Amino acid sequence: MTDMTYTIALMGNPNTGKSTLFNVLTGLRQHTGNWPGKTVTHAEGEFTYRGATYRLVDLPGTYSLYSNSADEEVARDFLLFERPDMTIVVVDATALERNLNLALQVLEMTGRVIVAVNLIDEAKKKGIHINTKKLAAKLGVPVVPISARNREGIDALLDTVDAMAHGRINTTPLSIQYSPDIERGIAKLLPLVKDIMGDTYPARWIALRLLDGDASLLQALKQPPQLLIKEGNAYACCGSVKSV
Amino acid sequence: MAQGKRCRLSDMKPGDRFRIEKVDVPDPMLKRRLLDLGFVPGGEVKVGPRSPLGDPTAYRVCGTTIALRKEESDYIYGEKIRHD
Ligand SMILES: Nc1nc2c(ncn2[C@@H]2O[C@H](COP(=O)(O)OP(=O)(O)OP(=O)(O)O)[C@@H](O)[C@H]2O)c(=O)[nH]1
Ligand SMILES: [Mg+2]
Repeated sequence: MTDMTYTIALMGNPNTGKSTLFNVLTGLRQHTGNWPGKTVTHAEGEFTYRGATYRLVDLPGTYSLYSNSADEEVARDFLLFERPDMTIVVVDATALERNLNLALQVLEMTGRVIVAVNLIDEAKKKGIHINTKKLAAKLGVPVVPISARNREGIDALLDTVDAMAHGRINTTPLSIQYSPDIERGIAKLLPLVKDIMGDTYPARWIALRLLDGDASLLQALKQPPQLLIKEGNAYACCGSVKSV
Repeated sequence: MAQGKRCRLSDMKPGDRFRIEKVDVPDPMLKRRLLDLGFVPGGEVKVGPRSPLGDPTAYRVCGTTIALRKEESDYIYGEKIRHD
């Protein structure tokens, strides 16, 4: 019984194994193309798990969402305008410090996040132990150790996806506190942002971006990119096999 | 400030280890990008090889190799820790 389709975004730094995980999860049921108006390729595919269908979107690898490269704008706009049901942030277990920069940026935008700590096999080889429980407690979202290439931890990841999709996980995403000046600015802007934008957008995040003078975001908000228009036929022909 | 020994990352030679003290960039977008790439105050950078034409230079920072041009590494200030 297929009850619902959920959209999952895959994000992470370059080279952290997003596409490897994507392939493990979707098998051959995928489709690649360009984002409308951007020369940034993306792949999307589907899989089913415990009766639910998941549409998985492999976003470009980036270190940040704010340096305004085409890749970063695509990733940011997808989170902002497409509002995926959940986002899996794939981080490299051997370079957590670097990778958590993006993870924290994503957590400022949405709490529906699962952190997949990939390359856990490489970390073990290097003698790096990741305390995923502690990390999950700090970040306020589930953290699952995986090795996408060796297909380890995939069942646990899918169980977490299933639990989040069906509302069995309450997240408390880490909210970064800024200096008193910035917090005052946020407090001033928040009601205005909520007034203008409603509840569909992450208001605190938008207030922060406004304070930062993010011209690229303002541009995107004025003219939301047409991410919602899928390349209809191409997509339909490759994602049509559904299990029962 | 570290005992007046502050220098620029762009002055370092391949093999040098460098501790970042300040990322002082007039262009806020470039500053953001350098921070996001891992060039943060307190961080350690290992200088890698220079491209044959002398620019850009490869830097090892936060577990990844990142290439910067001179007009970018010029704005990263700190001190040389050692050479190896
Ligand atoms: N050891 C190990 N290698 C992995 C693992 N997952 C992926 N890799 C390898 O890491 C490299 C990068 O994997 P990709 O899946 O292309 O990474 P990506 O995040 O899609 O990269 P970009 O799209 O360029 O950002 C490949 O050589 C993979 O085989 C893993 O769990 N363990
Ligand atoms: Mg990829």
